[in-house]
Amino acid sequence: MDASPTKGKAVEGSINMIGLGLSAIGPGVGIGLIFAAFISGVARQPEAQSRLQSIAILGFVLAEALFIITVALAFVLPI
Amino acid sequence: MSFSVSLSGLAPSAAEGADDGFVAPGPGSFELPPVFHIGDFGVTKPMLLLVLSAVLILAFTIAASRKEQMVPSRLQFAGETVYGFVRNTLARDNIGSEHFMKFVPYLFSLFMFILVNNYYGVIPFVQFSTFSRIGFVVPLALLTWVIYIGAGMWKHGVLGYFKHATMPSGVSGPILILLVPLEFFSNILVRPVTLTLRLFGNMFAGHLLLILFATGGAALLTSGNLLYGGVGILSFALGVGVSFLEMLVMFLQAYVFTLLTSMYIGEALADEH
Repeated sequence: MDASPTKGKAVEGSINMIGLGLSAIGPGVGIGLIFAAFISGVARQPEAQSRLQSIAILGFVLAEALFIITVALAFVLPI
Repeated sequence: MSFSVSLSGLAPSAAEGADDGFVAPGPGSFELPPVFHIGDFGVTKPMLLLVLSAVLILAFTIAASRKEQMVPSRLQFAGETVYGFVRNTLARDNIGSEHFMKFVPYLFSLFMFILVNNYYGVIPFVQFSTFSRIGFVVPLALLTWVIYIGAGMWKHGVLGYFKHATMPSGVSGPILILLVPLEFFSNILVRPVTLTLRLFGNMFAGHLLLILFATGGAALLTSGNLLYGGVGILSFALGVGVSFLEMLVMFLQAYVFTLLTSMYIGEALADEH
């Protein structure tokens, strides 16, 4: 095994992708909280499911928007 | 080896014969060469798919509503289910029972249009969501923007609508100096941008993920290393899983775009209270 640095290949890529991964943390936690609240709400009051569903999906969509904007920016911004 | 040749022929974004082997797919994978030219204007695959979607939806809705029966046929039942879903769950619940029928035609066409164009992404041999090109999403978002602002102006008058949209009720005094620009920014400027980016970003990211699993799996399988080959099989299996996730996301995005449109319209039409 030769450990000289020229032997292995350098990892190439855009540092934007690290930011993309970081930006997934916040919406991930947020979406988890939204659906946790939705599930406990339905468990408490099953007849309210249809009303709660559209509210939950709206919250999911708004939380997800943060990540989606980053996806677009990660590919648009240089390096 | 014939396997790798046929695969690279199918997927132009995969690596072709270079020493390094694999080139990861990127935004360039979405820039397809024109299928044919009209004058200097190159017609690409998503343009053709967009036109095809209009034809498909027209054919479906005409066929579903042609012979209306008391006991519906299967096709009529399918059409009525989609229509009833959009009319009752999306339009009536969000816009209110007074004005919702004016907006049902737009919402129904919007839902069907986005749904068909999204599902192109998982149909074999088509496999390209039209809305993974942002240029096709921008007009849809602008149309929604014009419609909900127009609806608000129709209900409240031009100045009345801006007052309705930017001044939350029950707030007065100097805090308005801070609130009015913020509300204007979030209700009027940002909404079309997030509508566009949400649909585009989901379709783009999903398609990119599928390309990555497919081409990466093929590159690993044909690398000649047994252990890499095992990972390649895992990659294909994950690709199948991601395809199912994408089918969920494709429906969800059509639903969400229509839901948000009807919510914006409902908000613009709401009475002061």
